This record gives sequence, structure tokens and C-alpha cells, in this order.
Amino acid sequence: MYSEVTVFSEVTVFPELPVLSFIVFLPVVVGAALLLVPEARRRLVGWIWIATAAVDLGLVVALWIDYAAGGGRSGGSAGVQAGAGTGAIGYETKFAWMPTLGSGYHMGVDGLSLPLVALTALLFLVCAIYSVRQEHRPRAHAALFLFLQTVSLGLFVSLDLILFFIFFDLSIVGMYFIIAVWGHGSAVRSALQFFLYTFIGSLALLLGFIVLYLASDPHTFDIVELIRQDPLKNDPVLGGLALLAISIGLAVKTPTVPFHTWLPPAHTDAPAPGSVILAGVLLKMGTFGFVRIAMPILPGPWRSYAMGFVIVGLVSVLYGALVAMAQTNFKRMVAYTSVNHMGYIILGLGAAGLAAGSNPHAANLAVTGAVTQMLSHGLLTGALFLLAGALFERGHTYEMSAYGGLAGGAPRFAGLTAVAVFGSLGLPGLSGFIAEFQIFTGSLEAAPVPTALALLGILITAALLLRMLAQMFFGPVRQPTAEQLESGAPSAGLLSAGTPGDLRPRELLSVAPLLVLAIVVGVLPRFLLDLIEPAAHALIVLVAAAAP
Amino acid sequence: MVLWLLILLPALAGGILLLSGRRANAAAAPLAVAVAVALLGLAVAATVLRPAVEVPALEGIPAGLAVDGLAALAVMTVSAIFLAVVVFSSADIGRQEARARFFGLMLLFVAAMLITVTSTGTLTLLGSWEVMGAVSYALIGYWWPDAGRVKSATLAFITTRTADLGMYLAAGAALAGGAAGLRLDALAGMPSGWRDVALAGLALAALGKSAQLPFSFWLSHAMAGPSPVSALLHSATMVAAGGYLLLRIEPGMAATGWLGAAVAWIGALTALLLGAVAFAQRDLKQLLAASTCSQIGFIVLAAGAGSVVGGGAQFVAHAAVKSLLFLVAGAWLSYLGTKDLLELRGVARGGTHGSVGGYRTAGITFTLGVLALGGLPPLSIWTAKDAVLAGVLRQSPALYVVGLAAAAVSAAYAAKALAVVWAKPQPAPGKRRRALPTAVLLPMPVLAAAAVLLGLFGVPSIGKWWQEFLGLPNIGGPAPWELAVSGLVALAVTVWIYCQQTRRLAGEGTLLGVPAAGGTGLSGDWLGLEHAATVLISRPTMALAVSLARFDDRMLARSVDAAAVLVLKAATLTDLRLERRLSGAVGGLTSVVRKLARSARRPQTGLIYQYYAQALIVMTVLAVLFVVMR
Repeated sequence: MYSEVTVFSEVTVFPELPVLSFIVFLPVVVGAALLLVPEARRRLVGWIWIATAAVDLGLVVALWIDYAAGGGRSGGSAGVQAGAGTGAIGYETKFAWMPTLGSGYHMGVDGLSLPLVALTALLFLVCAIYSVRQEHRPRAHAALFLFLQTVSLGLFVSLDLILFFIFFDLSIVGMYFIIAVWGHGSAVRSALQFFLYTFIGSLALLLGFIVLYLASDPHTFDIVELIRQDPLKNDPVLGGLALLAISIGLAVKTPTVPFHTWLPPAHTDAPAPGSVILAGVLLKMGTFGFVRIAMPILPGPWRSYAMGFVIVGLVSVLYGALVAMAQTNFKRMVAYTSVNHMGYIILGLGAAGLAAGSNPHAANLAVTGAVTQMLSHGLLTGALFLLAGALFERGHTYEMSAYGGLAGGAPRFAGLTAVAVFGSLGLPGLSGFIAEFQIFTGSLEAAPVPTALALLGILITAALLLRMLAQMFFGPVRQPTAEQLESGAPSAGLLSAGTPGDLRPRELLSVAPLLVLAIVVGVLPRFLLDLIEPAAHALIVLVAAAAP
Repeated sequence: MVLWLLILLPALAGGILLLSGRRANAAAAPLAVAVAVALLGLAVAATVLRPAVEVPALEGIPAGLAVDGLAALAVMTVSAIFLAVVVFSSADIGRQEARARFFGLMLLFVAAMLITVTSTGTLTLLGSWEVMGAVSYALIGYWWPDAGRVKSATLAFITTRTADLGMYLAAGAALAGGAAGLRLDALAGMPSGWRDVALAGLALAALGKSAQLPFSFWLSHAMAGPSPVSALLHSATMVAAGGYLLLRIEPGMAATGWLGAAVAWIGALTALLLGAVAFAQRDLKQLLAASTCSQIGFIVLAAGAGSVVGGGAQFVAHAAVKSLLFLVAGAWLSYLGTKDLLELRGVARGGTHGSVGGYRTAGITFTLGVLALGGLPPLSIWTAKDAVLAGVLRQSPALYVVGLAAAAVSAAYAAKALAVVWAKPQPAPGKRRRALPTAVLLPMPVLAAAAVLLGLFGVPSIGKWWQEFLGLPNIGGPAPWELAVSGLVALAVTVWIYCQQTRRLAGEGTLLGVPAAGGTGLSGDWLGLEHAATVLISRPTMALAVSLARFDDRMLARSVDAAAVLVLKAATLTDLRLERRLSGAVGGLTSVVRKLARSARRPQTGLIYQYYAQALIVMTVLAVLFVVMR
């Protein structure tokens, strides 16, 4: 037992500055301190929150620039050659934590996680900006979001299954309170459903992790070590079962059809920033789990069952799009388009498993597209949910038929929504196209029929989103009538004439950065792809090396 | 550098105008005209210099642009037509309109078209292609408070995007087939299978964009936009882009061995049937729209039959003619308030009700344009069409006959429009015409001159230069008898229909091809294509969506709820059946223990003699046990 401790301490790498840990834990520390701000100074809370999120984002950007320049490579333990452009893990921190369990405090970033870390930092910052006027329990609100930020960042940099699992479950806890306390409608019920459903999903995940632990020799929960060992390579049955358990856990969180039913009510009743984090960050924990854990640790089973993932992805794409088309509630509609968008990711990752052996170029494209889609969906759907929040603040309902001709009274609102909508339907020039083009192009050879069918998804989303635009923003002016209002809120006179109904500065400042970034990625994607591609390569090499 | 400027100048100017919003309304038109002038200069430079650029985009898939002969032709045409349309718009789009939005979108639109025609690979092509579609959506729905126009815009976008899926498919097929960098010129060399998928996908996208059968109906709706939008969309961009793309991928289509013929037949049938649709219209803009499908059909036919030179000529000639006709029709609509053919009677005569500025000019240029459209010799479309048909005849006589019939139909609808605008004017008492502004009139003579003079390509020496300019193999022009046949057919049909229509107007005052009883025939209704799409595709899809949503709510979500309820029930049951019994059992055990304890307390009486007695009994028992055990 003692010898294991020494093994851990030998490989412990203490970098000069534990920058990653600082980035991860800064928000929760500030959040705890925020609870001490006296009631009289509650106005300060919003600004401290914004400042913290901004500092964190600044650090992540610095980290990105440094990593892209070849910095932060500790090398060695990752089993991959250090150096720029190799997709190796950087800024590693590793020390013994629960040595008897073979679990350590192991963190690091690579090209798969860094875009999501940056997305997380950005989305939490825009939520802070959006919430600067939060009236209902502002201290607890800010503290909870900062806690959730730490949890989310921590998950994306985790290189240990136990660490990953803890962050995975804590995110559910944090989001439960956000929906239950600051939501509307039947928030408590939706929050509970969300909690129970995703929590049960996480148990399947844990089961899979334990199988991996027991199969490894020496027993470990360390992701890097597990990838090196490939513990179940000689046991296809157990490997398949482990993949099944892990995939169910991740599929619930992603979510894919048929595990998605918790998502629409959770979104509909969540407050706008809660929806942004739920869609932009929490859903990515599911898809990220596939590229971080399922594919590299179980490459053989992944290749064997890749067609299953392709089909699950395809079903999610078409089912999500079609059900979204039938929605009358704006937020529910966006929630179902999320199911559709997540479907492309699963489809691409499955196709990458099929293509890894025969056409690595196509597999790389599909994986790169899938990771790009995670980022892109966060930006575009984040923007859409903030806009939905702005809509609700004015009209007090999400029913699309209640609105009409909004472009007249609120041109900025209409313009930003149009950009987000076209991004969401995959228009070139925005990030969604870069993602979906790579997924489709990379997947077609390996899975021709499912990919061709999945193309219908972008057509259906185009139809339903443009229908929404036509109904709510163009045509004659319509306003919510008294009976359409969900709560006994004051009548909404703000939308009709002049600018007061248009986006306020805090709303503009929170939505616009997301869309600007979506356009930057859409037009000049290299800065992002330079980061993702090497990591996608490394992943595909791992998958291709395993026997299916 | 030239190429970058050509793309970035309109894109950035458009972006700035859109971002500035209403503030930029005043500056919008001058800025757009200035950019258009610069673009024309850049287009000339690009034609001379033939630049090419390539930047890395996706892994192994660069973004490449290049100007070759065909692209130079398109770039020149697009820039010239754009300038004409923008000058017209500066007067046509009034000061009370959202001019910054209009000109910003127009600039973005032309930037997308310029990227489309210079794209070397599928990535940039698909990107600009779809952006062009989206901007056309915004332009068609420019007057968004009118829900009908927005619906038209949506329909146009969705219909073209349906066909665009072919291009996504083509990109994947190009990768699978190993086309380096997904380059268009590498498609022909791929192994069959993926090659055929890639080219068929591109062809599908092109047929959708150029409103060929069965996609034609969206173009009818595209009329909902402002007239300059129609003028640009129908002539040198969007619709024409489909024909252009087919010309570009002609070598690949030929390599498949079957796609060329299929595409050629679609083009020929569109030319014929949509020509009939044009003839059946009572609305001038609808007539022109249907004629666009028909005329682009000749480009499609050319591409399918391997007659790229003729297709290129038709591209240029049709662009000049159609933009001219739409501008004149737009001027009449804006300044006379009508596009109904019966109300436009005699509009070309100009000065009959006292000379009011410009109507004579508009009428004469319109006449030249319509004559060219009808394929009358020696005007531009006559020579272009014959160059197309010459190539077609070598491929298939049947196609040639259909093409010739389509040419006759073109002459018919052109003659119908001509007869109407030169008919005896409708007396319109008290209705004063407003003078046409200079900016509206300015492009008309220039475009009319182009519509006429482009016929010079029929002159053999110029035709030869034209082929060398395009960098295409010399396939020989039409034989003299072919020129004579098509010219005579056009002339005869024109004269016949002109006389018929003039007599009809003088007598009953009705239009040829339009049912007198009112309503529209099958041709008037664009062959019922939209109805078919609604019944066969939109409605079933929506019904499927609704039933899936119901399934999602009632079955899937409920089953999760039911599972939760089941767990709750199981818990209650456990509580009732197991937990209660367990606790009952535990309770029983404790009561037994308690009883035992109680009885154990009984000997403890506190009386010493009783303790002695107890001790004596115990000792005796132990002694007996000791003896027995021994």
C-alpha cells in the first residue's frame, strides 16, 4: 500500500505555477467569499462576479495562446511526444489523492478540452453580464454560478475518472438548484426530473468506470494510464458492456434519443442563464466524455459498435429536428434543436470509429467537426437562450404565436436572432457550418446511407427556424394577450414602438460576443482547427491501433 | 491581391452597411455605386491577370479561388450587371426605405456570387452558394411587414436548400473518391461510383438554384422582392449560378457517361415547358420569371450536351437581356404602379399622352430586349442559342428538336409581351405619369446595346476568339442552315403571335394563353409544381413532425414519468409489505427480550436469605452436573 504512494509521488509533476488549478478553483473561492458580502452592498455582487469570470476567461485565453505556441507541455506521463502540434496533454498537474483507490488529482488540457474550457469560461462570463441586475437572491445566485463554473472547468480538465465523475455529479447538483430556485413555471418539478434522470445516468457511468478500474492492472482510475493499458483489449464482451454502461451515462447527459425527455422541461423552466449553461456547457460534458473516455480507453469496442453510435446519432438528428418543428414554445423548440445538433456529434464520432482504420483523413475530419460542433452549439444555442430570456422578460411567454413583427420595434433583437438562427441552421460563414461540413464530409464514406439521411436534418432545421423567424419577427405586429401570459405579469407594452423594447446594453453585451465569435470561427476557423486537429489525430491513431 | 479585393471589397462594404443600420441610409447608395464601379475595374484586371489564391481552411481541404476563362466571363458579367442594377436601385429604392439594409445585402449577395464563380473547390463553392441563398432570402423578404413576401422568401430558401443537400453529398463523395482538396477539376478523374455521386450531387444543387424542373416554382415567389433584386437574381447571379456551375463541371458530367444526358434533357424540357408557362402569364414579372427558367434551360442543356462555349455565350447574353427587361418592368411597376400586362398596354409608345420623360427610352430598350429574348436574328440570344443547339445536334437529334421547339416558344412569349406594350394604349384619364429619373434610365440603353451587340459572337472570327478566351477546345459553330432554321422559326412565330395578340387586344381585349374565364390553367400555375411539393413533401413532413412530437410528449416522456411512479409504488409496497413486517418482527423480538429481562429481574428481591437460597440451588445443580459429567 505504501509502495503505491511512492509510485504516485514519483510521477508527481509540480509545475512552477499550477495555473490550471488556479483557473478551475478561482471561481468557487470567489463565490464562497461573495456570500460574505453584506446585504447593503448587494450591488457589488454582480460586478465582482463579472470581474472574476473575466479574469478566468483572460487566463484561459492566455493559456490557449501559450499552448498553441508550444508551451505547457510536461511530456512524459502522457505517453505522447511533447512539442507543439502533437495534441499532447499540457499543463499537467498530478498528485496522489486517494492512492488506495488508484485515483489521483490529475488535470491537464489538450486540443479536445481546451476549446471547451474556453467556451465554458466565455459562457459563464456572458451569464454574469446578463445577470448583472439579478434581483432575486443575487449573492446565492452568483455563488452558485461560480461554483458551477469551477465544476464545469474541472470536468473538462480532469484526467482521472473519479475526478471526472465527481465534477459530473456536482454539475447536476448545481444546476438543480439553479432551475429550482430561479426558474419559472413548474420549475421544481422540472429540476427534480432533471436531477433524477441525469443522476441515474451518472450511476451507469460510474458502473462503467468501476469495470475499467477492476480490469486495469495495476488498478487505476487514471485516464492517461488506462489509455496506455487499454485494459479490456482482450475481453470484447466485458469491453462492450463497459462501453454500454459508459455510453448510457453519457447519452443521458448529451442527450440523445431516447434519453432526452428531461431536456425540454428543464430548459423551458430554467432561467435564461441556467439554460445557457445547461445547453452550452452541461450537454458538452456528455459528448466530451465520448472523446475523452469512451473512444480512447475502449477503442476496440468503439470500433466494433461504431455503427450503433452512427444510428443513435442519426435518429437524434432526425427525431430532434422533426419534433422541434412541431413545437409552439420557443424554448422547447430550441431545446429539441439541441437534440438534433448533439446527434451530429454522435454520428460523426461513430463514423470516425468506422473510418479510423481505412481512411484516417476522413476520421480526423469527423472528429474535428464533432469537437467544433460542441463549441459551435455552445455559442449559438447560448445566444438563442439569452435571446429567449430577453423575450420572456418582455412578453412573459415563450409561445411563438403570441408574437409577430418584432423586427419593427426591436431591430437589434431581430438582427441578432436572425444571425443566431442562420448559424443554427448551419449557414456557411458561421461556426455551425464548419462543424457540420466536416462531420458530413468525413462521415459519408464510412456510413453513406445514415450520413445522407442526416443531411435532411439541416433542411428540417432550416425550415422550422425560418418559420419561427417569419412568425415572430416579420409580418404584422402581434403582442401577447392577457390569457397567453404565463404569470400575472404586467402587460408587455415594451415591444411595440421605439427602442425601449429592443435589447438593453447588458443583453447586447452578453449575446453579441457569442455571435461575433461564431462568425470568426465560421470565416477564419484555422485558429481553432490548429488546436483541435492534432488532438483529433492522436485520438484517431489510438482508435485505429485497436483491433475492432 | 486583385482577387482578394474583388471578394473583400463588396463583402466588407456590405457588412459595414448592415451593421450601421439606419444611420447609413443616406450613404448607402453612393457607397454601393462606388463599390460597383471599383468591382468592374477589378473584374477587368482579373480577366487580364487571371489571379489565383489558396489559403488553408480545413484539414487537407484548402479554400481556393481562381479566375480562368469561364470564371473571367462570369466575373465580368456579374460586375457589369451589378453596376447597372445598383445605379437603377439608387433611384428605385426610395429614401424612406431601409437603404442601408438593401444595399448592404446587395453587396453581400454579389460578393457571394463572385466567390461562387471563382471557387476551385467544393468547400468555397458550397460556402458561397449557401450564403447567396440566405442573402436572397433576406432580399426577397426585404419588405418583411408583408407576411406573404416573407413566406415567399422562406419558400425560395427552403426549396433551393433542398437541392443544396446534393452539394453536401458531393463534398463527402469527393473526399471518399480521393479528389485532392475536393477540387472541382479533380472530380472527373475519380473512380466511378463516388465520382458519379459527387457530380450528380453538384448537378442537383445546380438544378435547384437555377430553378429547373422540378424546382422551378420557387422562382415565381422570388418576385416578391424589389424589382432590382429580381433583375440581379434572374440575370447574372443565383439562377444563373446554377447554369454556370453545370458548365464548370461539364468535363466531370461527361466522364460519368449518363449524367450529361440526364441534365441535358432536364434543361431542354425546362426550356420548353417553362416557356409555355411564361406564355400563359398575365403578369409581366411572372412572364419574365418563367422565361428565366426557360432561357437558363438552354445553359443547362448546353452543359449537359458538352457545348460549354454556347452555354457561356447564353450566360452572358441572357444576363444582359434579362436584367434589362426586369429593370424596365421594375421602372413601370414603380412609376406606373402595375405589372399587369393588360394595364401595361401601349406603355412603350411613351409620348401618346403628352411626352413625359423617359418612357420612350424605356419602351425602345424593352423592345430590343424582348426581340433578343425571342431569339430573333441577329441579336445576342439567337447566336448564343444556336451555338448551344449546334453542340446538341451532334449529341442527339431528339434533343435538338426539343431545343428548337423551346426556341419557338420563346419567340411566342416574347412576341406576346411585345404586342402588349405596343398595343393601342388603354385610356387612363386623369392619371399622370411621373417622369423616370435619370438613374433609372441610365442602365437601359447600355444593357440594350449589350443585348444587341453580343450577337457579334455569331461572326466566325469573333466566335473563334471567344473560344480561345474561354480556353476551350474548338468544337465548331453552327452550320449556316441551322442558323437559318432557328432564325426563320423565331421570325415566323414572332410575327404570327404578334399579329394574333394585337388583334385580340383590339377586339376582346384579352391575352393569349390566359383562360378567358379567369383563373389559371396548369401552365399559368407553373405546372402545379408548388402544389405538388406541398402535398407530397411539406404536409407529410409536418404531419410526421406533429405525430412524433405527440409520441415524444405522450409516450416517451410519460414512460419516464411512469418509471418514476413505478419506483415510487415499489417503495410504498416495500414499506407496506416488507418494512412494516420487518419492523414488526424487530418489535416482536424486542418485546420478547423485554419479557425476558422482566423475568430476569424477578429473582432480584433484595432479601439476603432468598439470595442464599438461590445460591444453594445453583451450587447444588452445579455439583450434580459435575458428578454426572464425570
